Amino acid sequence: MNSEPRFRMLLTTLVALILTVLPLPPWMDPARPAFLVLTVLYWSIAAPRAGGIALGWFGGLGLDVFQGPVLGQHALALAFITYIFVREHQKIRSKPAFQQALIVFAAVVIYEFIVFAIDGWSGHPITSPARWLHSVTSAMIWPFAAAFLTHRYGRSS
Amino acid sequence: MAAFGTGARQLQGRGGSPGFRFTLYALLSIVIMFLDERSHWLENARYFLQAAAYPVQLAVSSPSAAWSWLQESFATRDELRKENNRLRAQQRAIEIRSMRFDALQKENAELRGLKEALPAVAERWEVAEVVNVELNSLRQRVLLNRGTSNGVFKGQAVVDEKGLLGQTLHVGPWSSEVILITDPEHAVPVQIERNGLRTIAVGAGDTASLALPYLPANADVKTGDLLVTSGLGGVFPAGYPVARVAEVHHDAVQPLAQVRATPLAGIDLDREAVLVWFRPDHPAAPGTAAMTDTKSGNARIQPLPAPPRPATAPGAEAEGATPAKSSASSSKSTAAPKPSPGTKGAAPSAPVHAAGTRTEAAAGAAAPPAASTRSEAPGAARPEAPRSDTSVATRSETPRSAAPPAPATAPSQEPAPPAKPAPAAPEPEQQ
Repeated sequence: MNSEPRFRMLLTTLVALILTVLPLPPWMDPARPAFLVLTVLYWSIAAPRAGGIALGWFGGLGLDVFQGPVLGQHALALAFITYIFVREHQKIRSKPAFQQALIVFAAVVIYEFIVFAIDGWSGHPITSPARWLHSVTSAMIWPFAAAFLTHRYGRSS
Repeated sequence: MAAFGTGARQLQGRGGSPGFRFTLYALLSIVIMFLDERSHWLENARYFLQAAAYPVQLAVSSPSAAWSWLQESFATRDELRKENNRLRAQQRAIEIRSMRFDALQKENAELRGLKEALPAVAERWEVAEVVNVELNSLRQRVLLNRGTSNGVFKGQAVVDEKGLLGQTLHVGPWSSEVILITDPEHAVPVQIERNGLRTIAVGAGDTASLALPYLPANADVKTGDLLVTSGLGGVFPAGYPVARVAEVHHDAVQPLAQVRATPLAGIDLDREAVLVWFRPDHPAAPGTAAMTDTKSGNARIQPLPAPPRPATAPGAEAEGATPAKSSASSSKSTAAPKPSPGTKGAAPSAPVHAAGTRTEAAAGAAAPPAASTRSEAPGAARPEAPRSDTSVATRSETPRSAAPPAPATAPSQEPAPPAKPAPAAPEPEQQ
């Protein structure tokens, strides 16, 4: 693999991370799509060899630095769903956008569940139902995000 | 490794199969989480990560910072003059209110039997700006632009001009993360200003309310009561305003009252916050780990030796004498949910009755200083309370292991958290 897609990957991941910490009005906040998760998932099916699990893990660690009560929490959750996506990337890539969105929905729910479980284990539980809301918005925005990333940074592997 | 799926064969190239790599990363993150949560080995790493994150956070907040700067610089002359007038009026009001401050302070010192007036408990403060970054939408956290380079330490009290805001949680070199009192993981030991009733205010998770979950159904609490910090817990000094009771709900079948309070500080409006450093030897100061000597504070401001108790004690006095022992145990029970770090117990308990006696200063003036408290104020025998506190308020005390129910002789005054003390209470300190 040449270094060019790796660079684009890092750039988009960083942008996604910044979008995640961008201040929003409080009422909009729980509905903010999980940009980082979407970007990492996109790259793990578009270029599974270049980034994959490492990208997910380090991206998650970056999110932990900004938001996590425990270091390594988002890293583990994101690495897990990235692993599933990398493993099944051919199947997922061939699906139509709507089905992809459903898969992304399931992935974000799993991701949030892992984060939730670790929250509980480490004694910082937040049981508010608002925490599950972003899985819906992420799935809704997935077709557009994927189309945008393909158009802009294109060239699937 | 074909078992790992269709992609496994073509992904063999770098560093093993995805399953293998995932296992490695999963193990790594579990180790990191364990170290971060259960030990303090990662404190340094966190410090540097926070330093690395700060430029990004600044960049992210810069648009809104630039916007407010623009708004300020294009404010009209008229608006500025209005604001100026308002501020001037406000300043005059404050000055008039503080005019008798010195005299009152001296009077207070005399009433409390101290050799000289106390200096203010706040030694130094610094205004910090709130960096406009989303820390975690589910938690009530803010980022301030002051860090260890400004002398900020972990567990420092953060206030605004109206009341208590929170405490610092993670401190980086130039920034610090503050957990607000409204965070569901935060609990602040408070006291009802009207009657000295002590309890714990837990964040409810939104910016507008605190919950008081450990008040018994017959507790004397009313809508509009002011809650001030009780000085227990080792983070906040006594007497800082926290919240006002907004809603009291007594349910006949519930053993506990449902009480909600509204924080006084402008939790979601503040663009600035004040970090406060407290005089460690002040009796109202929160106990710190550095202060291992419980008895001696500032040598000059020790209480005078108690004069002998009058032989003919009035009824209130006699009652006050009996709770002396029970109050020691009940102050233990309230101290336990948020044990002060180290073996420090004396200072947090001392200011409690100081704050508790305010309205009935006349009664206190009549009685000898050491027994100057009413029955509400626990630790009537002042020299005894600290000693018993010290014995229990060690760091290792978990909330569950302590907290015996309040003694029957004083049912209404001590809201000992029955059965289930604040699960979240010691949390901010542990992190």
